[in-house]
Amino acid sequence: MSLGAGERRITYDARGLAEPFATVPKISEIAGEKATFDAAALTTRQINLELKWLLYEQGVKNVTVLNPGAKHSIGVGILTRCKLRFEGSLGYFGLGVIDGPEIVVTGRVGWSVCENMMSGVVVIEKNAGSLTGAAIRGGDLVIKGRVGARTGIDQKGGTIIVCGDAGSNTGFMLQRGRQIICGNVGPHLGDSMYDGTIYVGGTVKSLGLDCVPGEWTPADTELIERKFRIYGLGSPPKFQKFVCGKKLYNYDALEPSERKLVIH
Amino acid sequence: MCGIAGVIHRDGPSDIGTEMTRMLNSMKHRGPDSTGFALFGAPSDLLVIRFKLADANDKRDTDFKDRLDRRRREVGNRLKRIGATVELADSDTEYAYRVSVNYDGDLKALTDMLEEVPGCEVLSIGHSLEIIKDLGDSNTVAQQYHLKGFSGTHAIGHVRMATESDVDISGAHPYWAYPYSDIAVVHNGQLTNYFHWKRRLERMGARFQSECDSEIIAVYLAQKMSEGLDLKTAMKQSLEDLDGVFTYMVVTKDSLGVAKDEMAAKPLVLYESDNLIVMTSEEVAIRAIIDHEIDTYDPFESEVLVWSL
Repeated sequence: MSLGAGERRITYDARGLAEPFATVPKISEIAGEKATFDAAALTTRQINLELKWLLYEQGVKNVTVLNPGAKHSIGVGILTRCKLRFEGSLGYFGLGVIDGPEIVVTGRVGWSVCENMMSGVVVIEKNAGSLTGAAIRGGDLVIKGRVGARTGIDQKGGTIIVCGDAGSNTGFMLQRGRQIICGNVGPHLGDSMYDGTIYVGGTVKSLGLDCVPGEWTPADTELIERKFRIYGLGSPPKFQKFVCGKKLYNYDALEPSERKLVIH
Repeated sequence: MCGIAGVIHRDGPSDIGTEMTRMLNSMKHRGPDSTGFALFGAPSDLLVIRFKLADANDKRDTDFKDRLDRRRREVGNRLKRIGATVELADSDTEYAYRVSVNYDGDLKALTDMLEEVPGCEVLSIGHSLEIIKDLGDSNTVAQQYHLKGFSGTHAIGHVRMATESDVDISGAHPYWAYPYSDIAVVHNGQLTNYFHWKRRLERMGARFQSECDSEIIAVYLAQKMSEGLDLKTAMKQSLEDLDGVFTYMVVTKDSLGVAKDEMAAKPLVLYESDNLIVMTSEEVAIRAIIDHEIDTYDPFESEVLVWSL
């Protein structure tokens, strides 16, 4: 279509990633309960359709995905027990909203890996971006490298293990569950956390609002040693423990109208 | 949300036009409104001026072409008057131009004189910097301005989702650091003390062509460097002076830098090898120019990183 005077070419396909008509590629090599496919030439939706076709329609329990190419939103919505292996890196929102799978990523994953994960185990061999494990409810998420900011924001359960350093606002609004950070953490650790526990092996740049040192118990030692043993992480470093001080407004017994009086 | 990208080749020039086009194209979902490139080609004794005399979406009324002709002639006259000898002039569009001039005078005087011509905005001035920006995605802009095969050592680019200012070339990134040559900035984020710094820099003599908060970063950095700070120190000071959430990239004639705010609120993924550094808002953009498996990471809050040729 030709442009009229003064019209410019803002093309709305530039918004681009929607694929309303994608079909299942059916390109996997299937051998019994195992399957492998190369994702290099596939789009996000094609990769996810292929995965679901294998897991839900072909009875496959163990899938290897080659060359995911850091594409976004790969491996989301897997709600069955299975084993997945991604040979390479994933982009943003990888492995979100999963319930049950055991997943290994040999590369890195971008922002919001495993967001809203319900259960299962995810091991990332390299780094992860910010918002790692955002709002997870359960399961174990292990990152063998470093992570960005706001790890486990709004976490409601499960365990996040980071073998390297973590950025600012780690454990922001943590509500339940555990974070085990082996390296250093940035400023505002555990800011506005409601509950849960954060273990830090390195230095803490600063504590966030209502995050306080916690009393170490034998249960903490048992947890750390068990997790390190399960994931073959070697000998654990000496950790500091941090918990919620429970001094924030949400722990008082005031009605909202009474709180206004106190504040003013 | 916008997407930004930067690349520096420390082992010699590469086809940065094509590289940046590919990277920005892979992030076009982050900003469909406009695309911009700041490319550093081979240094020249001549000064390359990129300017526009109308905006891409100006109404094409019956007088449009004549008006542009008049403005173009007036720019030529003014260049002559200020002592700039035009060695080469060309145009990829009816409204955006590129001239190479012999000129060693005051850049502020030169720019101000040109921008007195109605509709004229100087997009960049440099001995190796060229800023190309227009509406549309990266393939569209690169094709229009013939960027494939643009050889250079380092570059930054931007895809824009307009939020607080108009969809036009003036609001597109990168921004040149008026009136200093060979400095440009791209930015993803929002500056909350924008008006404070705009007024302060205007009092120091700066001019701003857009209502976009990002424009002040380039001018701020150039101002600090003109006061004697090196690039990295100026960028570190910007973390104290600029409020808001941001990741910005800056290029000078021999360096590429990046800074993140204290909350690390805006994304950045970095790949670094001995001779090649690539950083983008999303890793998928890095993969657009590197086809093998690589290690990448997110820089932390308040980080300032600078690489030089």
